[in-house]
Amino acid sequence: MEASESTDHVNYLNNGYGVKSWLLTTDHKRIAILYLISITIFFMIGGFFALVIRLTLLSPEGTLVSADTYNKMFTMHGITMIFFFLIPSIPAVFGNFLVPMMIGARDLAFPKINLLSWYVYIVGGMFTLTAMVMGGVDTGWTFYTPFSSGYSHTNVVPTVIGVFILGFSSILTGLNFIVTIHKMRAPGLTWFRLPLFIWAHYATSVIQILGTPVIAITLALVGFERIAGVGIFDPNIGGDPILFQHLFWFYSHPAVYIMVLPAMGVVSEVVTCFSRRKLFGYRQMAFASMAIAVFGFLVWGHHMFVSGQSVYAGMAFSALSFLVAIPSAVKVFNWTATLYKGTIRFQTPVLYAFGFIGLFTIGGLTGIVLATLPVDVHVHDTYFVIAHFHYIMVGGAVMGYMAALHFWWPKMTGKLYSEGWSKLAALILFVGFNLTFFPQFILGYLGMPRRYHIYPPEFQVLNVLSTAGASILGLGYIIPFFYLMWSLRKGKTAGDNPWNAKGLEWLTSSPPPTFNFEKTPIVNEEAYAYTDGVFEEDVAGG
Amino acid sequence: MFNIPLFPTEASTTASRVDLLFFALMGIIVFFTALIFVGVIFFSIRYRQGSRASRKGATSENLKLELVWTIIPLCITMGIFAWASKLYFDMHVPPRDAMDIYVVGKQWMWYIQHPEGNREIDELHVPLGKPVRLILTSQDVIHDFFIPAFRVKQDVIPGRYTTEWFEATKVGEYHLFCAQYCGTGHAQMVGKVIVMQPWEYEQWLSGKSSTGATMSSSGEQLFTQFGCVTCHKSDNTGRGPSLIGLFGQKVKLQTGQTVVADMDYIRESILDPTAKVVATYQPVMPTFKNQIDQAQLMQLIEYVKSLGKQQTASKGK
Repeated sequence: MEASESTDHVNYLNNGYGVKSWLLTTDHKRIAILYLISITIFFMIGGFFALVIRLTLLSPEGTLVSADTYNKMFTMHGITMIFFFLIPSIPAVFGNFLVPMMIGARDLAFPKINLLSWYVYIVGGMFTLTAMVMGGVDTGWTFYTPFSSGYSHTNVVPTVIGVFILGFSSILTGLNFIVTIHKMRAPGLTWFRLPLFIWAHYATSVIQILGTPVIAITLALVGFERIAGVGIFDPNIGGDPILFQHLFWFYSHPAVYIMVLPAMGVVSEVVTCFSRRKLFGYRQMAFASMAIAVFGFLVWGHHMFVSGQSVYAGMAFSALSFLVAIPSAVKVFNWTATLYKGTIRFQTPVLYAFGFIGLFTIGGLTGIVLATLPVDVHVHDTYFVIAHFHYIMVGGAVMGYMAALHFWWPKMTGKLYSEGWSKLAALILFVGFNLTFFPQFILGYLGMPRRYHIYPPEFQVLNVLSTAGASILGLGYIIPFFYLMWSLRKGKTAGDNPWNAKGLEWLTSSPPPTFNFEKTPIVNEEAYAYTDGVFEEDVAGG
Repeated sequence: MFNIPLFPTEASTTASRVDLLFFALMGIIVFFTALIFVGVIFFSIRYRQGSRASRKGATSENLKLELVWTIIPLCITMGIFAWASKLYFDMHVPPRDAMDIYVVGKQWMWYIQHPEGNREIDELHVPLGKPVRLILTSQDVIHDFFIPAFRVKQDVIPGRYTTEWFEATKVGEYHLFCAQYCGTGHAQMVGKVIVMQPWEYEQWLSGKSSTGATMSSSGEQLFTQFGCVTCHKSDNTGRGPSLIGLFGQKVKLQTGQTVVADMDYIRESILDPTAKVVATYQPVMPTFKNQIDQAQLMQLIEYVKSLGKQQTASKGK
């Protein structure tokens, strides 16, 4: 195609080089890049904490770091990865970049609010980072009271202020997406012609807007009790510690869907493109996204099956948790069915998407184990839970993020990365991930509690195995960093549509011009209108 | 070191029931994981680019199929739910003849009192084949009393009592872990559960962990020491109601409500006496909040419980 002209045209990257042109930009694509850089930094910080955790657990005596340091490590690993990497990851980077482009718009509805959301994110991040540098925090990312509000001697207040501020960034992004998706779709782009990526981001935004205020106020109350001694959660001064758990999980369970729904959207885009097929069961997929967003708000109590909540409350939350699994199962079945009679090309993005499907299946099914009341009693707060949610968050959300990064990198940068290296990295990631987290299922059922820096010696072999896997996993994240950086300087020119993908974002040049489209596209076909089996010239690869 | 355990010991009546359910779940997981893995791998190889497999008749919609893979998982999960709920319910209702043992968790140790008066730290001795109900509370933050070999776990919460019961089926020593993160010494808040033959347990009770006074007699001492006895007279002539025959009975309050005089009620009445005042009495009792610790509270409760067993003429008033 028109590969030669791609980087000559004026685009969002070369229409200004100064620092101001980046820090004061209102271009959703540039803001996406700002987010990409920021969350990558937080991912590295969180990864460093994970490294210390895994190294400490090599020995049952926990010789590497002290108990207090270890407690800070897993706390800061959780806070960094969840609040500063996973929650913003796909929405703030790829959602920002792609939501306007996929619906044929020039920008988001509120470009300045979009920039504001990034600044809010950075301010929140600075508070939390400062708290970490000043000595860290040791409450666990869950901030359970009354430990966090009355007993911890670490920097709880600056940390919760950071997370509190960060929440507004999430709310603003969600608000922007909802308005944009409602009001700015191109002519002819009806709701049921929208790519699933858009449906996923719509559902995610609903959760962000409804859920985030609850965590914000809850953490504010923790800070309030800690500073002013007002009895809210500490029973010694008239509070109720279980109240905190209800409020915390009311947000933090749906937050899991903030992480995984956008990844599901990515997988729908990638699987259809690389199998040259319309998505199987489009409507069911769209409804499933919305069902997950709604049911996701009704299951928080499954984090509290051993907290002393009433037996009947436990049963109700258990039943609802089983129900929320159904739309996820429907999605997995539909992706698999999409491959049937397709024409599958094994390129890097789809390898990550397959990784997502496999690992999310295991993560989801082990979630069923946790929804099963008596079994949860045994595995609650053990490594079984750790393994389960890493299958969902790393195996699911991060795999989806990697799929997105490899699928849209040519669009964002105009460059192609090395096909060989990227396939190798995808394979290493998959193997490393399973080696790291599969042993933890066994450790969990054996009864090894989470958040232990020392443990009985019989658990050592499985822990060593897990750490060995983690080093492979780490390699799987480092390799992409290098070949992607390399592609920026030396990568082949991508062309507008290297994957021959459908979707409006592929109609414009790569990298796209500042206002995305020369003229507003008019949509007259369904999403994923791949002509079955027919294959145009393939310019990607190498 | 190369003896890698893969499955935990089953040492309680609950354990085998939980494991059976777990194996059923594992069967479901393996089946569906295999279905998806085989599906993805098979389709992507058979229909890879360049393969000549027929693509005729490919569709992107099939409502029947969608219903099938919605309804089948729904039925499976609801079946699991029914099975699980029954077991969960049983795990919450101890047999009537269960013996009580009192546990106080604090940063970072377990303090355990047997009604016979024995006290131990980070160790729990129990007899084989006898249902045991643990009554748990915390002095500071939330802890969790977890015995993997018994498949039981319960958060231990400040400000209230939770319970957990089991019946050991195998003599031996088992891990006891604090499963709820509680600060610096969380990983050191571990101990042993020692299951003994009933006659060995009897011997142990009269051994060196014995304090010579049962919990209820220690409670009775506290009852005198703190002056409770001056108002809560047994003949119901004091400024407070008599506690004879009280435990487990319904109590009518000033507000017209009725509460059951259980452990939490007794506890609240000692720490925050004006919260629920018995009808016809005045809210004159002072709080004992800063004078009495969790272990002593449990002794007082054990004493009030023992009074509850005394059938007296005052009952029914």
